[in-house]
Amino acid sequence: MSAHRLGFFLLLAPLALWLGLLFVLPHVDMALVSLRARTGPGEYAPSLDNYAAFLTEPLYLVAFARTAIFSIIATALTLVIAFPVSHYIAKVAKGRSQAALFLLCLVPFWVSELVRTFGWIILLRETGVISGLLQWAGLVERPIEMLYNDAAMMLGLVYTSMLFMVVPLVSTLESLDDEVIEAGFDLGGTRASVLREIVIPHAMPGIVSGCIVVFMLSLGNYLTPTMLGGKDSLWFTELIYSQFIVRFNWELGAAFGFCLLAASSLIVWTMLRLTGQTLEGTVGEGA
Amino acid sequence: MNATNGVSGPVHDLECRDLVRHFDGGVKAVDGVGFSVPAGSFFSILGPSGCGKTTIMRMIAGFLEPTRGDILIRGRSVLGVAPNRRPVNMVFQHLALFPMMDVAGNVGYGLRRQGVAKAEIRRRTGEILERVQLPDIGSRKVSELSGGQRQRVAIARAMVLEPDVLLLDEPLGALDLKLRERMKVELKALQAEFDTTFVYITHDQGEALVMSDAIAVMNAGRFEQVGTGPELYHRPATAFVAGFVGEANRWKGRVTGVDGADLEVASADGLVLRGRGDGLRRGDPVEIFVRPEAIELSADAEGVARSANRVSGRVAALLFNGAASRALVRDEASGGEIDVALPQSGTLAGLERGARVHLGWDAERAPCFGDPGP
Repeated sequence: MSAHRLGFFLLLAPLALWLGLLFVLPHVDMALVSLRARTGPGEYAPSLDNYAAFLTEPLYLVAFARTAIFSIIATALTLVIAFPVSHYIAKVAKGRSQAALFLLCLVPFWVSELVRTFGWIILLRETGVISGLLQWAGLVERPIEMLYNDAAMMLGLVYTSMLFMVVPLVSTLESLDDEVIEAGFDLGGTRASVLREIVIPHAMPGIVSGCIVVFMLSLGNYLTPTMLGGKDSLWFTELIYSQFIVRFNWELGAAFGFCLLAASSLIVWTMLRLTGQTLEGTVGEGA
Repeated sequence: MNATNGVSGPVHDLECRDLVRHFDGGVKAVDGVGFSVPAGSFFSILGPSGCGKTTIMRMIAGFLEPTRGDILIRGRSVLGVAPNRRPVNMVFQHLALFPMMDVAGNVGYGLRRQGVAKAEIRRRTGEILERVQLPDIGSRKVSELSGGQRQRVAIARAMVLEPDVLLLDEPLGALDLKLRERMKVELKALQAEFDTTFVYITHDQGEALVMSDAIAVMNAGRFEQVGTGPELYHRPATAFVAGFVGEANRWKGRVTGVDGADLEVASADGLVLRGRGDGLRRGDPVEIFVRPEAIELSADAEGVARSANRVSGRVAALLFNGAASRALVRDEASGGEIDVALPQSGTLAGLERGARVHLGWDAERAPCFGDPGP
């Protein structure tokens, strides 16, 4: 082997090790675990029982569907809130205020997700800030509980994901020349039509890459649904956790994991097809 | 003030009255500019960057409101009218074609906004693309077009709306030299073809001189002079115009003798020059301008004997540039360099560096202007 080829393999080694040890190996192992059933103490046989259990138990299916649908809703909400914010940062604010606003979006991410979620608990709980203010203002008579429901959970998910939508949106919107927007107005466009025909089509790669990231983060989120969601807001990741940690049923937990992987891949693929974007075009540009 | 009834005489396509625009911090970008553009003419605003010409254009297009003054299009004030409702369209500096649409989508954009029927849009888009000599490229992407094609698509996109006035903001700036020369001629031809009023802003005097029916020379927020190309070139009204439009040799000095409009000037580097200037008195500081082609070049003193100004010197450098070839002559009296155009007749083809030559020019080709000093 020549020195040239040796160098090539040495350079490749970290990537290969990283992919192999942290990604391929665990996944292959998990796939094998999910495809076996326990027949006795320490005895296993290949089987599809775990996937059958997932498909026949309504609780699992409902939690699965809820998780997917709520993640899609959280992504859509994040987009609707982040778009005007990003547009303001990228196109309206200038110079120092632009940098300051961007920093404001970033600052909450300097503390851990756990602390941020506790912040919401302080605000929303029965004895919390908002409830206290409402009572003080005389708007309500008794303390109100705003935690442990789907709305609180959605709030937490959107808040957690905002930055990951704002960053790609700001970067694509900044690349849109002001002249092009002015040309849209000059040729008779209204605000709505310029947004629809010029700004959004231009920002599409950013929108799609932001949506993919936010969707993945929401789908795989464990902390927010556990802390802010109610008894009925069972998130699919909680099910996986309980199979692995509480019930020591690694076989079923692994099967759940693969079902989630399949669902997220399918939804992302559908999203790309619907918007006519490619994974390289969106994630490559956003990064 | 009644803008529609109070005006007598011809209604101009575009009229600006005493336009003033201040920016934050009290900077006057445009300071009392007034002009009118007759229908169907090509009007240029020529000035160095930062002189306020872009501000004027943006006020006409509606992207900026004037601090004071009025803008009338076909006799009607457009103050307070949003850009998308003004009967003017703009060709932007970087053209600003919509990359997310094909050529037909770009050209049809304005018509779609007006709610024109689809078949009609297709017909008018096809027609206008034919008029700019780009038939059958409607389905091409903007990124597939060459620089000149983009230029014409940008003009077609604005002209398809049949605006009263088309504004062009240095649209040739991004093109390479060869293409720019060709587009100058093409733009002028397009303007004649459409018979629409064009208002063109540029810092390139070549563009303005070639294309325009009238040119306004702008400096520091004000118009220095408005006139045709030959007027600006041959009879500049101010020192700025004389220095900015075309090439000129320039001396600073003081008036030492006055006889009507004829002046005798002692230049700071020791030459005694004769020129023309109005309203100047003995002792006034002046600037005197002489164009390279106004200077006669001769190998012997008799050749320039009848000129009011006579200087002799040696050729310091020969700058060959085809028809625009020059000689730099270092004059013996002051040691300064004088830029002289070489005659096209070829009589001085054998001129060499270091050769002794005689220069001469007439007083009427040496305009003098009061020098406000630095």
